[in-house]
Amino acid sequence: MDWMTQASTSAQRSDLVFLAVLGISVLVLLIITLAMIYFVIRYSRKRHPVADQIEGSTPLEITWTVITGAIFLAIFYFGWTNFDYMRSAPRDSMVVEATGRQWSWSFKYPNGKQTGVLYAVLGKPMKVEIRSADVIHGFFVPAFRLKMDAVPGRVNTTWFEPTKLGAFDIECTVICGVSHSVMLSKVVVVSEDDFKAWYFGDESAPEPGRKALAQGSTAPPQAMDPGIKVMQANDCLSCHSLDGTPMVAPTFKGMLGRKEEILIDGKPRQVVVDEAQIRKAILDPQAQPVRGYPPSMPPYALDAKDLDAVVATIKAAK
Amino acid sequence: MNSSTTSAGMGFLADEGPRRGLMAWLTSTDHKRIGILYLWSMLAFFMVGVGVGVLMRLVQLDTFHHLVTARTYNALFTVHGVIMIFLFVVPGLPAVFGNFFLPILIGAKDVAFPRLNLASWYFYIAGAILALLSLFTGGGAPDTGWTFYAPFSLQTGTNVTLAVFAAFVLGFSSMLTGINFITTIHRLRAPGMSWFRMPLFCWSLYSTSWIQILATPVLAITLILVMLERLFGIGIFDPTKGGDPLLYQHLFWIYSHPAVYIMILPAMGAISEIMPTFSRKPIFGYTAIAFSSMSIAGVGSLVWAHHMFTSGMSEFANMVFSLLTMIVAIPSAIKVFNWVSTLYKGSIDVQPPLFYALTFIFLFCIGGLTGVMQGALSINVHVHDTYFIVGHFHYVMFGGTGFAFFAALLYWFPKMFGRMYSKKLIIAAWFPLFVGFNMLYFGMLVLGMQGMPRRYYEHLPMFHAGHQVVTVGSWLLALGLVIYLVALIWAARKGPRAEGNPWGGVTLEWTLPSPPITENFEEIPVIDHGPYEFRKGGQHG
Repeated sequence: MDWMTQASTSAQRSDLVFLAVLGISVLVLLIITLAMIYFVIRYSRKRHPVADQIEGSTPLEITWTVITGAIFLAIFYFGWTNFDYMRSAPRDSMVVEATGRQWSWSFKYPNGKQTGVLYAVLGKPMKVEIRSADVIHGFFVPAFRLKMDAVPGRVNTTWFEPTKLGAFDIECTVICGVSHSVMLSKVVVVSEDDFKAWYFGDESAPEPGRKALAQGSTAPPQAMDPGIKVMQANDCLSCHSLDGTPMVAPTFKGMLGRKEEILIDGKPRQVVVDEAQIRKAILDPQAQPVRGYPPSMPPYALDAKDLDAVVATIKAAK
Repeated sequence: MNSSTTSAGMGFLADEGPRRGLMAWLTSTDHKRIGILYLWSMLAFFMVGVGVGVLMRLVQLDTFHHLVTARTYNALFTVHGVIMIFLFVVPGLPAVFGNFFLPILIGAKDVAFPRLNLASWYFYIAGAILALLSLFTGGGAPDTGWTFYAPFSLQTGTNVTLAVFAAFVLGFSSMLTGINFITTIHRLRAPGMSWFRMPLFCWSLYSTSWIQILATPVLAITLILVMLERLFGIGIFDPTKGGDPLLYQHLFWIYSHPAVYIMILPAMGAISEIMPTFSRKPIFGYTAIAFSSMSIAGVGSLVWAHHMFTSGMSEFANMVFSLLTMIVAIPSAIKVFNWVSTLYKGSIDVQPPLFYALTFIFLFCIGGLTGVMQGALSINVHVHDTYFIVGHFHYVMFGGTGFAFFAALLYWFPKMFGRMYSKKLIIAAWFPLFVGFNMLYFGMLVLGMQGMPRRYYEHLPMFHAGHQVVTVGSWLLALGLVIYLVALIWAARKGPRAEGNPWGGVTLEWTLPSPPITENFEEIPVIDHGPYEFRKGGQHG
């Protein structure tokens, strides 16, 4: 199915179950509909003016109850066996912590590295421990036929084994506020060598699979820029674009020197954005929110080095 | 109400009692007048809901977002859900046709508690007004979806508190109607009207009423807890205070899944009336259908957590709820087979009510089969919270309950208003309705399989073509609805007078003049045979 990429072992199994159940359903629907149409024509009042007063037939009713029951139980069984597979992560899976928050995902690997997209290795199982920092979110990867809710106060797990290289969408599926529909990320499936080069590399090692990511519009332009690395780790780019694309929050492009209306104690005031304002907006965004955008950015307590890097990147985005 | 030149023979419609005009309607305890009050108020809310739905679809074509903001969109789908669920499909057929026809079908002069009956309409209107108020007061229209999932519903600044209070008040309307119907069926059946001589619509109302009484209090308690949580932070559902968000989902669906059967059972009951009348033969398997209604009500109370397969419940719980879901599908399938078999060797006259009833069977089958698909765990994990679910429940709630409502209205309209509609216009309305419906909701099934999540203001570019088809479908559907309603509104005022028994039905309502007199029966009938014995004619005499 070209319009539905299958990119994990579970996707193939899931689609088999779906096709089997779809086949049964179409058959049942056809039988019922054709019988209905045939009876309406064959026994129309013109052709059949006097109705036979049939009140029922116990053997027939028992037959179709049993057959229907058997079909439904078979469907249950198909669904269950594959679900069982989906719920049983292999022991050698790499374990990644995924945290959903309004409105982004962050992924933390066993060695402490953190990313805004999820990197996975082709052919290697990965177990994802899903948490939420605020409200319920849904972790949905259509290409893997996989979904698990991120419920605050719980750790839900899921796993997958990618069978294709590439970048696959992650979508949030539980309504979580104003930017629910842009709470997107990607699973980027890379080769083991690419993954290891990044994973075991030092801080300057480029994230793997940049080519795959470049297909998506969320791809940051310069991977080596230290400011962008901080932005990725803090998911700034889920809401702010670097290239002027309108998103949930003001774009970084041309931010320095731009005229904006900010709210001070609820009163709008025209300002020209300067560096001090950018710094303040990162550390305490709700003090002076920009008018026309949802006041939804949480404060980010960046250390001095990271803050300088981010501000430098924003200033450079012209 | 009726500007007919003569009120002679207009039965209860001409009998205004001590008050005149609108007040005669607003103070009447006549079950027939209350049924019609419900009909017009529900249709008004329904059209508002349709308007909101069409606007939501337009937003998906509006790539540059000139139309509404994300916050407004979130409010739109919440309002659409609240209106359609709580103000249209839940009261649905019982409030209109149950009120009007239950007493007549069992040979009674009114329901057991006529004043309580009027009170439940006032609860309904009060709840509706509160729901509308919640849109424009406080923090503005709720943006949580009609499910009000915690903890988002506890944190959002929008007016969730008032909206859930509105649903709480509407719940009382539902419970009072349930109590009224159960008492009526137990106490007011005419002499000789034994349980198994009742028309099947009565059985469906009986099973529905039990769900209304038993499940609605759970919703009431849950909604009160949400209000307490928002007002005082008591920490039942909020995990930061030691609460459990999944507890909310369990409590919510313990009502809201059985509520699905509150919506569909009376629809099935109405279809069970229409099929025999236009086939001129008894319903196939009366007892099986009656027991199916009761077993759907019973087993249907035990399947709620199939809405939560991806919430992180235990594998065992997932397995049990998946299995029970398959079991509850069996009685629904049995009913479909029985309806189709009723046509076999009948003498079938395809009048508009039957035409819409057959459409119901087709659409309901798609709704039911897609439901079974989601009951299978591995499929559910993929399609949960996508457009597939939205498509599925619109096939059940709109293709099912909605089309059954349309069929029932066409069937009983001449009896209720004493006038006949234009059959041609109603059939003309069917074409855009049917084509638009399937473009809209089948398109959603496909989009959902591709991975389009529900409640999305914006969508990924790969889904755009699908959204275009779906949105065009919504225009056709709306067009069909307008034609249908205009035809009926015109007929209610100016249509030609209808006979007492235009369809040749044999249940008790067809032994009365159209419209019936205020007391229904000059003299309480004595029943000596079942409801669908066409050889013996009407159940009465």
